[in-house]
Amino acid sequence: MTAAAAPGGLAIETHRLSKHFGQRAAVDGIDLAVPRGSVYGFLGPNGSGKTTTIRVLLGLAAADHGDIRVLGREMPRELAGVLPEVGALVEGPAFYPFLSGAANLSRLDTADRHASPASRRRRVGEALERVGLAHAAGKKVHAYSLGMKQRLGIANALLRPRELLVLDEPSNGLDPQGTREVRHLVRSLTEGGATVFVSSHLLAEVEQMCTHVGVMSAGRLVAQGTLNELRAAGRTRVQVLTPDAGTASRVLAGLGLEPGLPEGSGARPAEALVWAELARPGVEPETIVAALVAGGVRVRGFSVERSSLEERFVSLTGEGFDVVG
Amino acid sequence: MASELTVLFRRLRTWAMLLALAAIPILIAAAVKLTSRPATPGRGPLFLDRITQNGLFVAVTALVVSVPLFLPLTVGVVAGDTIAGEASLGTLRYLLLAPAGRVRLLLVKYTGAVVFCAAATATVTTAGALAGVALFPVGPVTLLSGDTIDVGESVVRSLLIAAYITVSLLGLSAIGLMISTFTDVPVGAMAATVVLSVVSQVLDNLPQLDWLHPWLFSHYWLGFADLLRQPISWTSFGDNALLQAGYIAVCGAVAYGKFSTKDVLS
Ligand SMILES: Nc1ncnc2c1ncn2[C@@H]1O[C@H](COP(=O)(O)OP(=O)(O)OP(=O)(O)O)[C@@H](O)[C@H]1O
Ligand SMILES: [Mg+2]
Repeated sequence: MTAAAAPGGLAIETHRLSKHFGQRAAVDGIDLAVPRGSVYGFLGPNGSGKTTTIRVLLGLAAADHGDIRVLGREMPRELAGVLPEVGALVEGPAFYPFLSGAANLSRLDTADRHASPASRRRRVGEALERVGLAHAAGKKVHAYSLGMKQRLGIANALLRPRELLVLDEPSNGLDPQGTREVRHLVRSLTEGGATVFVSSHLLAEVEQMCTHVGVMSAGRLVAQGTLNELRAAGRTRVQVLTPDAGTASRVLAGLGLEPGLPEGSGARPAEALVWAELARPGVEPETIVAALVAGGVRVRGFSVERSSLEERFVSLTGEGFDVVG
Repeated sequence: MASELTVLFRRLRTWAMLLALAAIPILIAAAVKLTSRPATPGRGPLFLDRITQNGLFVAVTALVVSVPLFLPLTVGVVAGDTIAGEASLGTLRYLLLAPAGRVRLLLVKYTGAVVFCAAATATVTTAGALAGVALFPVGPVTLLSGDTIDVGESVVRSLLIAAYITVSLLGLSAIGLMISTFTDVPVGAMAATVVLSVVSQVLDNLPQLDWLHPWLFSHYWLGFADLLRQPISWTSFGDNALLQAGYIAVCGAVAYGKFSTKDVLS
């Protein structure tokens, strides 16, 4: 680790970063802040500009406006120094179909002038081992399945010890074991001190492995923060299961909440589920329980439900299924 | 660089093209052998009439036949594929992320194309020599100037001609590389390169365009006959090398200008 890896620093930092294709802005003034050592989930619907952002971050495409710092160094000016520290999977894997998996990795490793040729065989072997492809190392890539190519792409990102991994939809095409392996892999990488920037639309996966989240929508970064911050920003609601729906509603209203109409009924027909958004500061769940009990409401069930990341995601990026074109 | 050559020569396509080139002298030799009637001097490609007397002419004849189309065709395929091929596979982005360095990648790619030019001419020359030795008598060679040289000297001359043709193809390779940086469709770059080589030769044959001829990259392509005189006349070799160097400089600069700032979006 270099001195630049001071705790608290940012692994990726952009300021008002924009990239246009013709008239259309694919990336529109985004301010990314990816802390070192984090697993940053980069979310967004199809066509929201995730891959384009990654291309610009890594110097494949030039930004129209804005500043980029990757691992504390300015990009793309210091590209040659930064990229060896970065392992990347961008817009799916790409290989020479007529070469074997191992030969492909060697080829890409030779392209890096600073990669040691002496340890190449060993590193290629280890990387293949890590993604579970050791047995298919000698097979030509055109005979690989979709998931095998994806694994090989991840292996390529792991050819050298990296400070930063940028993985564009790493679980694409992977079987359940493969997806699990990716999660383990990401965890082991961060334990080694690396930062992982991973784009995805698998929210469950992001919830399981990320510490930080950024949400893209139509080229803009509409939310960014720790996973908990982002969830907390969403609605939280309390639900009371009780036979005394009317009283419960009055008690909740008395606390300044807006109780919703009893929703469905419990196991017994006499029970109803009364709910309210927890939108007033100072009104904590425990206050509510105390008030309900004091009001003589027979509380048979009480729960606090945070909105899932999925709800939060949809509320940020819109319900529509159509890609913003 | 070694890795670049590995990729080039582990490809079935490369070997198929070299095999096709090797077939040219073999076909010529077989055809001449099978038709007992001696070829009339002046008809058919240069030197064809001499093959029956001396097998060493098979290689030279095959080169004469290959220069206008077959060699440019294969070179166009390789040179047009350089950048566009990587782009269409998507490997270009991973090479750049390695990081290979854009300028370094261009240089390595061009060198790969140059090695292929040499391999292609060497294939025709070698296959020609082998076919000639196998099917025809071999002896001292009478040059265009009327002098006679022994077999050893004639091998040297064959190699010189191969070198001359390799140099001739360098400009075309640079053109292919340049076109290749402008597109992500390798077939397009290949076709454009080959078409340009044909256009250049056509223009070279239009007497109305006299002034243009010395600037066409194919102008000296058949000028290697000068290497079959005693003493060797080096002027066309020099002029050719200079012209090709000019094309390399110009196309190289354009390729660099395009590629160093290009957005890699494939
Ligand atoms: N080469 C290109 N030329 C023109 N427009 C492009 C190009 N590549 C991407 N775009 C546009 O930029 C926008 C963002 O695309 P991008 O690939 O970054 O989306 P994404 O978030 O990665 O989507 P996905 O989840 O489908 O991978 C899209 O509207 C797309 O149409
Ligand atoms: Mg994408």
